[in-house]
Amino acid sequence: MTDQTPTNTARSTLSSAKADTTIIHVEGVHKWYGGFHVLKDINLDVAHGERIVICGPSGSGKSTFIRCINRLEEHQQGRIVVDGAELTDDIRQIDNVRREVGMVFQHFNLFPHLTVLENCCLAPIWVRKIPRKEAEATAMEYLERVKIPDQAKKYPGQLSGGQQQRVAIARSLCMKPKIMLFDEPTSALDPEMIKEVLDVMVELAESGMTMLCVTHEMGFAKTVADRVIFMDGGEIIESAPPEQFFTNPQEERTQTFLKQILHH
Amino acid sequence: MNQPTVSPPKAPVAPIQWMRNNLFNTWYNSLLTLAVGYLLVTSAAPLLNWVFLDATFSGESPSDCVGEGACWLFINQRLNFFIYGFYPEDQQWRINLMFGLLALSFIPQFIEGFPARRWLGIFGMTGLPILGYILIPGGSFGLESVPSHRWGGLMLTLILAYVGIFAALPIGILLALGRRSHMPVIRGFCVVFIEVWRAVPLITVLFMASVMLPLFLPEGMNFEKLLRALIGITLWQSAYMAEVVRGGLQAIPRGQYEAASALGLGYWKKMGLIILPQALKLVIPGIVNTFIALFKDTTLVLIIGLFDVLGAVQSTVTDPAWQNVAIEGYVFVAFCFWVFCFGMSRYSQNLERKLDTGHRT
Ligand SMILES: Nc1ncnc2c1ncn2[C@@H]1O[C@H](COP(=O)(O)OP(=O)(O)OP(=O)(O)O)[C@@H](O)[C@H]1O
Ligand SMILES: [Mg+2]
Repeated sequence: MTDQTPTNTARSTLSSAKADTTIIHVEGVHKWYGGFHVLKDINLDVAHGERIVICGPSGSGKSTFIRCINRLEEHQQGRIVVDGAELTDDIRQIDNVRREVGMVFQHFNLFPHLTVLENCCLAPIWVRKIPRKEAEATAMEYLERVKIPDQAKKYPGQLSGGQQQRVAIARSLCMKPKIMLFDEPTSALDPEMIKEVLDVMVELAESGMTMLCVTHEMGFAKTVADRVIFMDGGEIIESAPPEQFFTNPQEERTQTFLKQILHH
Repeated sequence: MNQPTVSPPKAPVAPIQWMRNNLFNTWYNSLLTLAVGYLLVTSAAPLLNWVFLDATFSGESPSDCVGEGACWLFINQRLNFFIYGFYPEDQQWRINLMFGLLALSFIPQFIEGFPARRWLGIFGMTGLPILGYILIPGGSFGLESVPSHRWGGLMLTLILAYVGIFAALPIGILLALGRRSHMPVIRGFCVVFIEVWRAVPLITVLFMASVMLPLFLPEGMNFEKLLRALIGITLWQSAYMAEVVRGGLQAIPRGQYEAASALGLGYWKKMGLIILPQALKLVIPGIVNTFIALFKDTTLVLIIGLFDVLGAVQSTVTDPAWQNVAIEGYVFVAFCFWVFCFGMSRYSQNLERKLDTGHRT
């Protein structure tokens, strides 16, 4: 977390170093909901420290795809390998992957019966078996990073949406994950709270975290993404660095989508 | 920091003001208040006379009950039987000790800030039943054995209700989880179990347990009637409990399951730490409702020849030595049940308030 580092230099230094280390490997993935074909032949390799933004129209399968990566959804065909572990029916393997992959949801999904601090400590204590004292110290550290250490003793129901989402990010980070998944983390928030969450995410990106982020915040994509992926109808239509994606999209569907989204 | 923080304005609570706002705010409310007030006053006076002023509290024999009022002497004289049944008098200290410990574990739950309140509660649910299992029947540790057909009265009611409540809750939770399981065998078993037990009246269960079951069991494998009744009540109650708990489980949004899974929590940790605490909190009123219903349903053991507090009273009000004491007897029974049921109800309200974390969905 070096606040002073300009975003672009951070990005270029990292992208040169990470080329050979694939952390997520997705190969020929298909998924159906009953008879409905949601994901069609998805192929993607994500390198260590890479920041990927996924966008696309509603119903295009972005959430479904990102949720396949920590097996909240099952894929029926193809391979997904995360940090060397392939996702199959093997529950042990799934838990191993989930331990290394944090996820932030659109609706926060904090545990309402636990305080902010307890939300953050729960998984480290019960999954990672870290002593409570240590887990609490780590949690406070992360709560400081998302700038709400003073809310630690409160319950989620007593916080604003933006604060809740920052707690959710801190909660995931407390597990010290290698990968963070974000599924539209700002779309349930009022405009004035979006920025406080995006700021946290930008900082996180600058710290070198591998991130997959479904979002329509194009400003965020431009500042931090290494690659922007456009999905439509369950397929990856286009995948390009942001400069190229926004200024010179190759596919017609991307162009139409960008026109719509940038006009609003 | 532009304005100093100010405490919220205090609401005025003068009694006159309160009455004007709540009892006399419209002409028809005023009328209703007066009418109800009149009824209360006219019925309260005779009731008070009967219960207290004209009542006989002490004396030697039935003939001392001469007044117009209640003959509490009857309760007074038979109290031992109503509370302990035929439990031998020189062994009743064991029951008294259990009563004391029961009170010590659960009454502090109502008192905010009572020292070690939580540990007392945990003792009440773990140590107490083990101790009771040793102490009440006796037969070990040099205690004289008291067979269960000599147990009776309030003590028996409490044993039935306590076992029914605290054994049925965990079984019910497991059944509820099982019914939502993805494993067909487990789900099938739980569905059949719940639907069969829930569809049968408790009377039938008790009757089966006491009369039919011995016919099916192999020779020599006959365990006590009370134990059979306890098992019957527990299984029957757990089917109800399962459905109450399942209602709570269903009310928990999918996002909670997903967030727990995404953090790497396995099934039991996810359920035990995230889902059940929220689900049980939601259904506290339903759970307590079921408890209260069970508490009163324990009176049905009368039909298999066990004398709970109602049975004990019922068998004595017909005693020819005492004339017209049925009302006193039943009022006493009603009071016993009311004390415990009202206690449970209050406790559930306490608990709900305490667990409220300001979450609204
Ligand atoms: N559990 C489900 N059962 C059946 N169909 C589903 C289910 N979940 C999602 N779908 C369908 O799959 C498609 C993709 O859904 P998904 O949530 O991945 O879209 P999305 O790209 O995230 O959209 P949005 O931007 O609105 O979040 C949609 O058409 C949706 O209706
Ligand atoms: Mg979505």
